[in-house]
Amino acid sequence: MQQVVNGVFLGAIYGLFAMGYTLVFGVLDLLNLAHSAVFMLGAFVGWELVVALGWPLWLAVVGAIAAGALLGILIERFAFAPLRQRPDTHFAGLISSIALAIVLGAIALGLFGPNTRRFPPDTFPEGRFEFAGASISVLQVVILVVCLVLMLGLQWLVRSSRLGKAMRAVAEDPRAARLMGVNVSGVTMATFALSSALGAAAGVLFALAFNSIQTEMGLAIELKGLAVIVVGGMGSIRGAMLGGLVLGLTEVFAIVWISSSWRDAVAFGLLFLILLVRPNGLLGRGSVREV
Amino acid sequence: MRSRHTAAIALAAILVITACGGDGEESATEDATTVTGAAASAEPTGDATAASAEPTGDATGEVSAGATAGATGGDCTLDEPVPVGVVFSLTEGAAVYGQSQEAAVRLAADELNAAGGVTYELVIEDDASDPSPGITAFEKLINQDGVSAIIGPTLSNTAFSTDPVAQNAEVVVLGVSNTAEGVTEMGDFVFRDSLTEGQVIPQTIEASKEELGLERVAVLYGDDDAFTESGYQVFAQALADNDIEITTEQTFAKGDTDFSAQLTEAGNTDPDALVVSALAEEAALILTQAADLGLDIPVIGGNGFNSPALIDNAGDAAEGVIVGAAWNSAADDQISQDFKAAYEEATGNAPDQFAAQAYTGMKLVDAAVRSACSSDPTAIRDAMAGLSGMPTALGEFSFTESRDADHPAVVQVVEGGEFTVLGG
Repeated sequence: MQQVVNGVFLGAIYGLFAMGYTLVFGVLDLLNLAHSAVFMLGAFVGWELVVALGWPLWLAVVGAIAAGALLGILIERFAFAPLRQRPDTHFAGLISSIALAIVLGAIALGLFGPNTRRFPPDTFPEGRFEFAGASISVLQVVILVVCLVLMLGLQWLVRSSRLGKAMRAVAEDPRAARLMGVNVSGVTMATFALSSALGAAAGVLFALAFNSIQTEMGLAIELKGLAVIVVGGMGSIRGAMLGGLVLGLTEVFAIVWISSSWRDAVAFGLLFLILLVRPNGLLGRGSVREV
Repeated sequence: MRSRHTAAIALAAILVITACGGDGEESATEDATTVTGAAASAEPTGDATAASAEPTGDATGEVSAGATAGATGGDCTLDEPVPVGVVFSLTEGAAVYGQSQEAAVRLAADELNAAGGVTYELVIEDDASDPSPGITAFEKLINQDGVSAIIGPTLSNTAFSTDPVAQNAEVVVLGVSNTAEGVTEMGDFVFRDSLTEGQVIPQTIEASKEELGLERVAVLYGDDDAFTESGYQVFAQALADNDIEITTEQTFAKGDTDFSAQLTEAGNTDPDALVVSALAEEAALILTQAADLGLDIPVIGGNGFNSPALIDNAGDAAEGVIVGAAWNSAADDQISQDFKAAYEEATGNAPDQFAAQAYTGMKLVDAAVRSACSSDPTAIRDAMAGLSGMPTALGEFSFTESRDADHPAVVQVVEGGEFTVLGG
């Protein structure tokens, strides 16, 4: 039971990270590889707000999310917008977002230094409770709830809001959307802002969960995030969440049933099998998009 | 459709790029770990870097008498000061170690010079935590300054490049923080006074068994890092030698931040203790997560755990951690206490294990010089190889046949937020 909790918890954070990834891909067909840098910077901003400026934790999380949104706009402006007219815009954007990720990483290293940072012990309530034989902390519950709320909120936003409708229109056909009076560059920017806000949220929650913030924290999760969105179905928000849970639980149960040395092999092997059976991912439906 | 293909190709490209990035990161971490050996963590903590003011004359005067009394060949007198080269990482990555090493060597030299008979002229060079400036420094010291012996360099990685230079020129080189396997195999002029992990861990396990009555332990280690993996090998051997059963072996990968699945598995086997071979970063996370999971058993750690930063980072979760070290500032022998007082007075900081090893290094050079009563490098080499049972801050010190250090390790336990001596 404890292991199920461990897996769900890990999976929820993978999922939250992957949702931001998949949003940009679903709407704009672009892969933003600076997402892991946003994840890392979100964690650092959260730390700075709590430790250096003394903000309460919930406000710092909101602040980190806002900083993430701002960063998303910058990424769009610097890494993607200048290349939009090129015929190879997908590749070019991909490479320039890698470049931007490196630049952001270097800036973070310069600003924050190479040392691992930790939230002071009294940042969040220490309480824990027993549930069906598993030990769960209040923090874990809060993180799970925040993940769930953000996921449902994003679903609602994409499904029902005006912005969401515009996003879906752009995803379908940018040119037609523009002809219908949709502000395509505005929607693009909003998509990046939203995506990066989620990335920053994942970063600060991850930092709280494992209490470890360092400039390389994005690298480890980047690969997993990519795997999650491929398995969940490129561009599918619910798929990203589901894929995250599948990966988190697989990693944990690979340790339980097989051996910890085989964890990554088993997890990625299973993801490979899923793709063999469902080439479009768990919730991917060919060219029909959810977003 | 085309864009989907493009994206798929791009994804493949990214996976390759990310994999390559991983490699670079790995080697960097290994470099950093090389130095940790039987010593403090790979994590440079800000506080330890603080100013290393030069020891003042009157500060050293007070302690010199007691501290040098143990040196052999006390009746030797040399007219000319003996030039000794000192190469440490005073800048860049390993500066946190190099600066306290430099302060400790200066302190030792000042004490010796105040005592008289044989005096020393230190020529201090910076290797910038990198092999190539290290080679340059060695060549300058040997060819230009004509030193009789060299203390350093800080990192094993650098030592592998620099020590052959000294060996070829037949100048004694004494490593005071090199713990990698094979350092002293570079030649008969290469010595070190730092214990390797292979020397510290068996003593740690033995002392823990005695103190805690261990019968069954769970093992957790990083299986993709040369240093945590070799630490595991030594642990496994030491556990077998002490007839301690291993209930389960769990592994993790470098860069992991979530260890709860492995820790839960380990806890399910109901062990008496958890044996962990991990880097400093992982060590603190493992401790806090074990505490979160309610895993209330002692943790016996390798090098990664031997750092005050561990206590800062893990807080209460670090209580009860057992880790071996070459030196502990709680050591109550007279030489250690005198050294500690003098170092604090000179620098304003408490000495760490690196400082103690560097300080002892200078004293060992002195003992060899006095014993040979000569500043000739070959005579010093022969005398140093013969040093045995010398009282030092590290305890009774001898060089082994292979010119490695032989002295008792200190088994420490974290109590009340401090490293104290186990069972002491």
